[in-house]
Amino acid sequence: MPDVTPLPAATPIRMGSNAGQPRTRADGLLKVTGRATYAADNHPAGMAQAVLVTAAIARGRVTAMNVEAARAHPGVVEVYTPANRPELALEPDAKPSFFSKLTETLQDDTVRYEGQPIALVVAETLEAATEAARLLAPQYAAETARVGFDLAPYAPESVGFGFPIEMSKGDIAAGLSEAASTTETVVETPPQYHNAMETHAIVAEWKDGKLYLDTPTQAPGMSAAGFAAWLGLDPADVVIRSPFLGGGFGSKAAVVGAFLLAIQAAKLLDRPVKLALARHQMFGHVFHRGATRQTIKLGMDAEGRLTAIDHHTTAVTAAFEEFIEGASGAARTTYAAPAIRASHDGVRNDVGVPGAMRAPGEASGSAALEIAADVAAEAAGLDPLEFRLRNYAETDPMSGLPYSSKALRECYAEGAREFGWAGRPLAPRQMTDDAGMLVGWGVGTATFPCPMFGAEARATLRADGTAVIETALIDMGQGSWTAMAQIAADSLGLDVEQVEIRGGVSDLPDSGVAGGSGYTATLGLAIDNAGGDTIRQLAEIASSDPDSPLHGTGNTRVVARGGRLYAQDDESRSESYADILARAGRETLSGEGKGARGENDANDHSFQSHGAVFAEVKVDPDLGQVRVTRLVGAFAAGRIINPRMVESQLSGGMIWGISFALHEGAEMDPRTGRILNRDFGEYHVSVNSDAPSVKVLTIPEEDAFVNPLGVKGVGEIGVTGTAGAIANAIWHATGKRVTSYPIRLEELLDL
Amino acid sequence: MKSIPVSTTVNGDAVDFVCAPGETLLDALRNRLSLTGAKEGCGTGDCGACSVTLNGRLVCSCLVLAAEAEGAEVGTVEGMADHDKLHVLQQSFLDHAALQCGICTPGILVASKALLEENPEPTDEEVRYWLAGNLCRCTGYDKIVRAVQDAAAKMRSA
Ligand code: FES
Ligand code: FES
Repeated sequence: MPDVTPLPAATPIRMGSNAGQPRTRADGLLKVTGRATYAADNHPAGMAQAVLVTAAIARGRVTAMNVEAARAHPGVVEVYTPANRPELALEPDAKPSFFSKLTETLQDDTVRYEGQPIALVVAETLEAATEAARLLAPQYAAETARVGFDLAPYAPESVGFGFPIEMSKGDIAAGLSEAASTTETVVETPPQYHNAMETHAIVAEWKDGKLYLDTPTQAPGMSAAGFAAWLGLDPADVVIRSPFLGGGFGSKAAVVGAFLLAIQAAKLLDRPVKLALARHQMFGHVFHRGATRQTIKLGMDAEGRLTAIDHHTTAVTAAFEEFIEGASGAARTTYAAPAIRASHDGVRNDVGVPGAMRAPGEASGSAALEIAADVAAEAAGLDPLEFRLRNYAETDPMSGLPYSSKALRECYAEGAREFGWAGRPLAPRQMTDDAGMLVGWGVGTATFPCPMFGAEARATLRADGTAVIETALIDMGQGSWTAMAQIAADSLGLDVEQVEIRGGVSDLPDSGVAGGSGYTATLGLAIDNAGGDTIRQLAEIASSDPDSPLHGTGNTRVVARGGRLYAQDDESRSESYADILARAGRETLSGEGKGARGENDANDHSFQSHGAVFAEVKVDPDLGQVRVTRLVGAFAAGRIINPRMVESQLSGGMIWGISFALHEGAEMDPRTGRILNRDFGEYHVSVNSDAPSVKVLTIPEEDAFVNPLGVKGVGEIGVTGTAGAIANAIWHATGKRVTSYPIRLEELLDL
Repeated sequence: MKSIPVSTTVNGDAVDFVCAPGETLLDALRNRLSLTGAKEGCGTGDCGACSVTLNGRLVCSCLVLAAEAEGAEVGTVEGMADHDKLHVLQQSFLDHAALQCGICTPGILVASKALLEENPEPTDEEVRYWLAGNLCRCTGYDKIVRAVQDAAAKMRSA
């Protein structure tokens, strides 16, 4: 084998000419003209419309439905209930993939949460299906619903996706008892529902023995395999098309029962079927962020250095299934202390299964821990930023491992400078504006881990010197169509315009999971490796071809740039890709690549993105109304592939922080277990007029260990830190410490 | 089923269709006229994803009956660009990265266009309040305001 190598593989961070550029969104033109097709925009010939019927009680049984009336309604094609439910290849309680949770496919008449599917109506038109669904008029035998935290807690099997329920180091009891002072803070976070602007939707069509699904998914390969398992199909016969998602935020990774019903209806009726959930149906069947009650005990020495962090979370999960919000994880990753304990238990409510929602664990955990840190800073008489610096974790607080990189100090400094933090009065309720509003400033620390999930890609050079990347890429808004093309172009030594990305379909190499802020790192690495593999093969061809100017480049290296290979020690020797391929009689040349974390990497380093968020709020002393007037976030997240997309992800995340702090939360009716605010009229998310001007700073950070690209991920970290910063700013404005999210004006009426 | 014939104008083109009495304008646009730019985000008038103009007035097409389009002029995102030439707002949204997943974008563009027709020189606050009914779960809004203001300035000097 000729020992030529492409770009020096040993250099961990390569800055090609494409990555790092603020390229505009590749899919932007389709989106601004309304031509981007989302799942529910598909309308194959002969398609029938399905409407899901969902339970209106939280616990009990369906005792009757007027199926006859529904069937008799003009235009109705079929009504599915437990009495005629289509058979599945697996038991109803099977969980065929990693993200699977127990789901409902009309297996019986039990109701385990409000919003659970209890029937599916299929009709010629949406109007007919909707009316027939109403005619079903289900009758129920309701049982008392279990609601809230004050139920017997139990020890869950695991937290989040398989983490232990308790992790600790050091002597917590000693750390607390020997402390100069201690604080205890109890914070509650409500159930929150993802509510991507696109509701879950599917268009199912069986054609030539294959199943074609237009449906948004964050994990095309895993979803196709999951559907195949449920339906008893070869995974190769399930093709998911998912070029654009109207947001996902964690809710679109797992197979849910409603989709299986629509697919089976399409099969039984032998025609395409569309099902789009109504907005109110997004509150139950398709996951949510579970409620938490967190108790945080901190011990400090006389200088305000933490001697112990004891963070306990009671998380609400479903009565029939477990997903525990790993909120105490924040204690493991944020501040240094000789003794740390992060523990969890669960209580079971009659709710749909919780799941991962943007910044799972960390969003809720940091929202609580940052309040607790502020309480401690106040007790120590320290400026909140100074308190955080005094407790800066130089190494991973729990494992003691060195960080692969950590520019959090710079985040604090740059963020504080941009915000104008210096001169902040220590005591609360010192600042007012001209209109008499109480003004307060708060800070929060942002952290999020940098996972990698595994992805594959194929790169193909074409005879004309251009290239195509194939992978089942999905883009839920984060900008992967754009960023991946930039990474691909660099790895192939081409201009981004010369690289086509073929993605959005599950029958391409598996792109892994777009979630956990790990997509750019993981899929980007797969693409980078695929490009590198292709160039390596190309260099071999050239080197062994006596007619090539690069013949016998031997031990010297070649450089791929601008569609040509150059001998590294003599740039006068070069040849274009097209010429190399033409002489070799090749139409195309393909390479493959995988992206995954190196096996031992995680034993050597701790991988986290970091940030510091500074918030200014103004509170009306008479009305209690809170407005966030300024928000500055400084984040260090490794190498930035596309600053324009990254800034957008971070500021969007910070607005989620406002939403968390002030707006979002499902109100459970304690008598019935029903959610009282199942629509955008009453389940508030931040709107344009709630949002201040947001300043995002990205702090340069080189990371030679996190992965060969040096990319960490930015999808979720903007949410963390922000909610706590706002809560702390409200305290600083008013002197009132509100510890229950969302912070609403009724908490601030007695100022 | 009863059906109602409707003659209307969509993006300047005369269009005839037949709809059910309870059918929304949004469903008629999407399912009968294949104009899927307007999206259903809620169906209850709370999110603005379905924004279109009806005789120049900004409406939530999920709250308008299709039959109400009789004799009216309907404007959707598909009518904003002049063939290949993008509307100033569309270009500005691209330049300012004022979109991510893009599902709210058609509605926000239509609403922004309606704003600038009524008020060519809005303050930031006026933009934010006008667009308060157009939810976006991705972008963080600030870039949308920048994009609208930049487009407004360009349109004023054009
Ligand atoms: S779909 Fe019309 S306002 Fe939401
Ligand atoms: S860009 Fe996704 S909802 Fe606005």
